[in-house]
Amino acid sequence: MVGGRRFGTRLVRLYLPLVVCMILMLFPFYWMLITSIKPNRELYSQKVMPLIVHQPTLKHYYDLLSETNFVTWTYNTLLVAVVTTVVSLILGTMMAYPLARMKFPGAAIVAIGVAATYLVPQPLLFIPMADIINRLDLGNTLTAVMLTYPTLLIPFCAWLLMGYFKSVPRELEEAARIDGASRFQAMARIVLPLCTPGLLSAGIFAFTLAQNEFLYALIFLAKSDVRTVPVGAITELIRGDVFYWGQLMAAALLGSVPVAIIYSFFVDYYVAGLTAGSVKS
Amino acid sequence: MAVGPASIARPAPAVDRRVSPRRVLEREGAFSWIMLAPGVLFLLAFVAYPFFYGIYLSLQDRPVAKPGLFVGLANFVNLAHDAVFWQVTRNTFLYVAVTTVLKLLGGLGMALVMNQAFRARNIVRALLLLPFIVPTILSTIAWMWIFDPTFSVINWTLVNTGLVAKGFSWLGNATLAMVAIIIVNTWRGIPFYGISILAGLQTISPDLYEAAAIDGASINQRFWHVTMPIIKPILIIVTMFSVIFTFADFQIVYALTHGGPANATQVFVTYAYDLGMSAGQLGMGAAAALTMLPALILLIIGLTLYLRRE
Repeated sequence: MVGGRRFGTRLVRLYLPLVVCMILMLFPFYWMLITSIKPNRELYSQKVMPLIVHQPTLKHYYDLLSETNFVTWTYNTLLVAVVTTVVSLILGTMMAYPLARMKFPGAAIVAIGVAATYLVPQPLLFIPMADIINRLDLGNTLTAVMLTYPTLLIPFCAWLLMGYFKSVPRELEEAARIDGASRFQAMARIVLPLCTPGLLSAGIFAFTLAQNEFLYALIFLAKSDVRTVPVGAITELIRGDVFYWGQLMAAALLGSVPVAIIYSFFVDYYVAGLTAGSVKS
Repeated sequence: MAVGPASIARPAPAVDRRVSPRRVLEREGAFSWIMLAPGVLFLLAFVAYPFFYGIYLSLQDRPVAKPGLFVGLANFVNLAHDAVFWQVTRNTFLYVAVTTVLKLLGGLGMALVMNQAFRARNIVRALLLLPFIVPTILSTIAWMWIFDPTFSVINWTLVNTGLVAKGFSWLGNATLAMVAIIIVNTWRGIPFYGISILAGLQTISPDLYEAAAIDGASINQRFWHVTMPIIKPILIIVTMFSVIFTFADFQIVYALTHGGPANATQVFVTYAYDLGMSAGQLGMGAAAALTMLPALILLIIGLTLYLRRE
């Protein structure tokens, strides 16, 4: 029974570990989903079997959308994420292009500076930044996070794009220059179109980073109508010692949807962005 | 003016040698710096300036909304005499060390499993990466409920399978709270390691394994002598990135335990947040945040040197 033995090996080496992996990684999402559709009498009972829903309800979603500012938070989160992603992608491209393809005085210092700002974590900066935002009188405005998120996103985009820009052969650009294209035209018409996958990777990664940001949003956004989803959920759906678990889970699930949709369409670009730093191409 | 072959043969008109914006832009240096300027200026204003301003703040007694008073290194001296600070240091190093080992082993395991051919592999890969994609605070909210003192699903399972008589107070007990934040950080980080290592494994040519097998190498030998040397650079880079970001972790600890119970899970960033934001002592908070700097600098220099050598 060669076939049987082969299946046995596959079972031990592939299917079993794969199922364990999937359960461990995905259970919290399953838990999020079923908690969000359980009625309170099932949620807060130790007698009911908790792993499945007995009488599903959409009440928590209804309450979340009608009683809290969740819709506003979602709008804020998406607005900030889109604006900061676009700005960071443009400025990141403008930095990465000369660093990857030109020789000029100061290039090495700027390249090291970009790497350093990418690696220096936000926690070193948040306290002085809070004071600076206060002095600029930008507390409780979305401008505050729109100004600070690019500090995380620009170095990342520049870092990632440098690798892509380096991979375009110099001859292509030179041919365009001989045909009379300016440096800017050679970049915009020759190199950038060839680097579309890199630009997509950087953009999608930056978008998820912006959605994931929490520390600056927590510090700068203290009023309900300017909050983002993570800050709104953690500060307003937990009041004192009272946790609105059903609504919390509904918020967590709905809040993850925009990222999950974008991600599902561009998963290959996301993975490319993820591994670009660690795998030599 | 007639445009004909003759005009091409003519030497370049003298007008073009004048300095026009267009011509300046054609110089490599000028073009580069004009492109760089907005980004560089932005990063100077919002990264470099806050960094040095943070150092300046750390030398002050500076309550929120009041003028600061220069106190030299007093904030750092205070921290050094504070038992909580040393507890925070121990917690952070423990948190980073344990999660890093678990993520490395888990990620390697995930990558080895995923490196086999099977149907729907791309979909499985996409699903397994979800913990890393979903905003951390939102997935941590799910974990808060999983660790709930009364309605924890882990406790329910343990009690109902008869493994324990009474459920644990996951976030109320000093040791278990540390275990909880380690679990969540590991859960979120494994896909990053797994998918990165998988990308490395996929660069290994099957010929190498065949050659090794023909030479009589066992599975173990093939792993240590073929796989490992090839993915070692990836392991090192992924680990160093992850250590830097775990060191600076805030979200999981803030949401799950707020550093409690009794500072048992307090790490550098939540501690700096409590001092600087909750207690409003900007100077002390900035000083606490800066105590991370020496370890971070070592890590960053190490990573930069390694990347350069590769």
